[in-house]
Amino acid sequence: MSLRNIGIVYRKELREALRDRRTVIASVVIPLFLFPLLSVGFGTLVSSIVDKTREASPKIMVIGGDDSPGVLASLKATPKVEIVPAAPNWKDLIIEKQIPAAIEIPQGFDKSVVDQKKLDVMIYNYSGDLKSDIAAGKMDTALKAYRDDVVKKRVVAQKLPVEVLEPFEVTQKNIAPPEKSGAALFFGGFIAYIVVFLCFNGGMHPAIDLTAGEKERGTMETILSSPISRAHLVVGKFLLVLTTALSTAALSVISMAISFALVNVLHGKTIQAGNEGPAMHIGVGAALSVFIMAVPLAVLFSSILLMIASFAKSYKEAQTYIVPMVFIIIIPAIAAMLPGVDLNAKLALVPILNVSLLCKELVIGTYHWNYIAIIFTSTCAYAAVALFLAVKMFQRESVLFRS
Amino acid sequence: MTVIEARGLSKRFQDKKRGEVRAVDNVTFTAHPGKIYGLLGANGAGKTTTLRLLATILEPTDGTAIVDGHDIVEAPEKVRASVGFLSGGTALYPRLTAQEMVEYFGRLNGLDEATLKKRLDAIFDRLDMNEFRDRRCDKLSTGMKQKTSIARTLVHDPPVMIFDEPTSGLDVMTARTIIGFIKECRDRGKTVIFSTHVMSEVEKLCDIVGIIQSGKLLTEGTLTQLREKHGEQDLEEIFVKVVAPLYVEPEAK
Repeated sequence: MSLRNIGIVYRKELREALRDRRTVIASVVIPLFLFPLLSVGFGTLVSSIVDKTREASPKIMVIGGDDSPGVLASLKATPKVEIVPAAPNWKDLIIEKQIPAAIEIPQGFDKSVVDQKKLDVMIYNYSGDLKSDIAAGKMDTALKAYRDDVVKKRVVAQKLPVEVLEPFEVTQKNIAPPEKSGAALFFGGFIAYIVVFLCFNGGMHPAIDLTAGEKERGTMETILSSPISRAHLVVGKFLLVLTTALSTAALSVISMAISFALVNVLHGKTIQAGNEGPAMHIGVGAALSVFIMAVPLAVLFSSILLMIASFAKSYKEAQTYIVPMVFIIIIPAIAAMLPGVDLNAKLALVPILNVSLLCKELVIGTYHWNYIAIIFTSTCAYAAVALFLAVKMFQRESVLFRS
Repeated sequence: MTVIEARGLSKRFQDKKRGEVRAVDNVTFTAHPGKIYGLLGANGAGKTTTLRLLATILEPTDGTAIVDGHDIVEAPEKVRASVGFLSGGTALYPRLTAQEMVEYFGRLNGLDEATLKKRLDAIFDRLDMNEFRDRRCDKLSTGMKQKTSIARTLVHDPPVMIFDEPTSGLDVMTARTIIGFIKECRDRGKTVIFSTHVMSEVEKLCDIVGIIQSGKLLTEGTLTQLREKHGEQDLEEIFVKVVAPLYVEPEAK
């Protein structure tokens, strides 16, 4: 194996890649800007819309209730809502999203409460619409509070202690460290998904460009007429694909870590994964561990990409084979995000899924050393086989001169 | 001294439609330093495959060839280091400059940096390439590209030059540059193999002519020898007479 020759090919491919707009966009621009924008930016936007909607005072129409000032007064006292009389077309107004919700108070409501007769109060809303759901939720809470108050008054009137209503309390307490809660695991899984996806995506264009692209441009015959062996040539090309795959993954993790930190500073508070979840941040140790585990995965991806792209006659043909591969790659990465899918000895041998599951644990600071060993070794083995096949594929005349 | 000696060189491959195809069938010939051996044949006759076998881009299924003392089967890398290969299909890397392109092949041919620099300066002066040596290959004119390709084949000063239809698709002026370059290679004592289907190029350039059809080398000799042997003065008439029994219309790709 001539390291000099491999180095010559690698340096030339790197120089060309850095001058290729498509490679730079896929390997630098997308991981640095697009994903932070989509993940952090979109998350922040959604959270600010939800907060704004919660803080707003929506108009809620009340149908009936003219003979029941008690319940009306209670509804009007509800903070951050504006209670108005119902218009005749209140249903249309909800459907057209002019108002978020309406409440129908049955006739003689207050009297029925006094008479201890059961009644049904209806809340009408546009299910699935954020503003409508929040407004309906506020009304539901207000009416239930009013009902509890009525019940309490009845109990007190019977000279019974209030505790008779609730003989005991039930409290659910999360004792898992916040950084290892379910929400944290989901966050870890999301980072793993990004790493897996971008690792593959980053290597995709260079792998095609360096093989099928060369055939299409006519430079394959040029390089094959030089004294370099085909094994050295393909290893040099492989190293460039690996570099772009890894740099894409590394840049995405770094840029997301910076984005989370930046948003946390700008908001003056820490963004949390879930209501009581952990702070969403990626530590240096976690980023480094994820990167180390991404190395054999990137070797595997780069080899598979080179093998498939070598077979194709043109850039377009290679894309036809490789683009559907993206789905095959991301399905295990998405599966790793699902609740209840945890690392075990069998899953530790499933390529891509194993690294995704491990990465989500690494992000939250859990190190299962036995699984790390199994996953690292098995992924290295798969990668070695894939690289061997890629080299063999590149040495076949029927592949290089396919017509 | 013989620099190229093909011995029963054969290449078979499987085709889905045609079954086993003998692209090159038991071809034997020799080429000498300071001479141009012209391989004349119609499209699909086996010229490109023969030259690719000699340049070790393809591996023979039978037979072998000795190029500059190296066996093409046993030492293909040494053979390639002795050969400059130029064809219509050998394109340039679009994102490299002309200089980077030539440097790359110089390094792959094992030249050290000092030798490489001297060679580059000499070649660029000789081919009048200094004006565009730092320009990217995708920004070069056809003529500039051809000069860069020539510089690429010359950078390691190989004793053997193989040209596979090098003027195919080129305008008259660019083709003249190539023809001039091939003559220069012969004058410098290199062994040159040149394939074409253009009769006038053969008459202008070749010292020895081999006529190939259906992968078989049907006849060879100097132009005078061929005229005597086949009783015709016009090369085209000789060619038609020789290949007619084996000629089949090449299949569309």
